[in-house]
Amino acid sequence: MPWIDACATSDIDAEDLIRFDHAGATYAIYHSPDGKFYATAGKCTHEDVHLADGLVMDHLIECPKHNGQFDYRTGEAKRAPVCINLKTFKTKVEGTRVYIEVA
Amino acid sequence: MTKRDYSLLGPDGQRAVDIGLAAAEWYHTDVPRKVMKELMQRSDQPAIRDTVILYGCMVAFAAMGIALWPSLWSIPFWLAYGVLYGSASDSRWHEAGHGTAFKTPWMNNAVYEIASFMIMRNSATWRWSHARHHTDTYIVGRDPEIAIMRPPAFARLLLAFVGVPDVIAFFPRLVYNAFIGVHPTEKTYVPHSEWSKVVRVARITLAIYAATLALAVWMQSILPLMVIGLPRMYGAWHHIMTGLLQHGGLADNVIDHRLNSRTVYMNPISRFIYWNMNYHVEHHMFPMVPYHALPALHEAIKHDLPRPNASIGEAFAEMWPALRRQFAYEDYFLHRDLPETAKPYRMDFHEGALGQTAAE
Ligand code: FES
Repeated sequence: MPWIDACATSDIDAEDLIRFDHAGATYAIYHSPDGKFYATAGKCTHEDVHLADGLVMDHLIECPKHNGQFDYRTGEAKRAPVCINLKTFKTKVEGTRVYIEVA
Repeated sequence: MTKRDYSLLGPDGQRAVDIGLAAAEWYHTDVPRKVMKELMQRSDQPAIRDTVILYGCMVAFAAMGIALWPSLWSIPFWLAYGVLYGSASDSRWHEAGHGTAFKTPWMNNAVYEIASFMIMRNSATWRWSHARHHTDTYIVGRDPEIAIMRPPAFARLLLAFVGVPDVIAFFPRLVYNAFIGVHPTEKTYVPHSEWSKVVRVARITLAIYAATLALAVWMQSILPLMVIGLPRMYGAWHHIMTGLLQHGGLADNVIDHRLNSRTVYMNPISRFIYWNMNYHVEHHMFPMVPYHALPALHEAIKHDLPRPNASIGEAFAEMWPALRRQFAYEDYFLHRDLPETAKPYRMDFHEGALGQTAAE
């Protein structure tokens, strides 16, 4: 599993996310309110919608289309209309860079 | 002229899927992420205030109506109670269903369930139909919430002001859901995991109506029904009035909410009843923004939208003739000009997708 240099820690405000595209796949990278970084698949499991336009509230990401919610730490679907969990990816911070381990 | 088939299982819906009109990428006005994040922020406070006012007024008006019953003096109180029961419940259902009204989830859920009951919608079914309405707004054969189909059925529209078509549709479906299960059309948009909830909600709802009816029979009076059930009819007019304006007379089968939705400036009482859904283009473009932030969102993006209607009256004056023209010619729709500051509509794309010519 390769680690990919995704962004700088300063690229994402606390309690926010960005979209990251790599090798034909799209990811969402989160900066939680407690200063940690997480990564998930970039699109909602309900429909083909980028989560990057959504809203991070604590450890939840709310999808911009129908307000479905996931816990972005575990990918767990938390609020209808999402029923299918989101795929998550490991992250690590080295210096000022955020890496994600892509499949 | 294109004959429209609004059935969710019909050929128009299939065609929308085939040509990529269903679940398409819609137009969005550019809003800086920082501004949008601010606008999306959730808060309990405005909705708690509005909910206390709403339920407080309902209790007070119903109490006065009951106290003065059966005198004619009770009528104004029933009218006021009715509009809160039969119309404000529509906007509460809507906003709490989106989960944006309150910050706290249980508050959204509680208001959603109460509002669903009052507006006569199965809370488990309609959550999903509304998701589809947002994915495929006014896409024929895909959107289950198209209020004005073409050609418009005027008698039905007028009867809707006193809730008749909705109530007539509601009770047979309620009984179906309670005793038989989820209806085949509902199965096209309600996920399997939710089917048992649809049935449970239907049974609880049916039990409440049965108890109310039994009380009315026992009291030999319609008074219990004046409190539960009938206000969905005698108070429906406001939500129909505002609801018809949302998309009436505008384009269908397009993927730009500026073409198929209408923003109307309204008086403060209507905005309270309607919970700011008069900013309807804004709401569809950015459903994450809570009702209390819609006026601010409107300010942020109005340079990119058609001019809002100045009042409910002006909006009806625009919409009604358009509906009459659609009666004669189904493909007609109002094409509203954009300000010079706006990004143009992509009519090339829409005309190609529709296989039809935009009107005026
Ligand atoms: S697309 Fe994400 S909740 Fe529907």
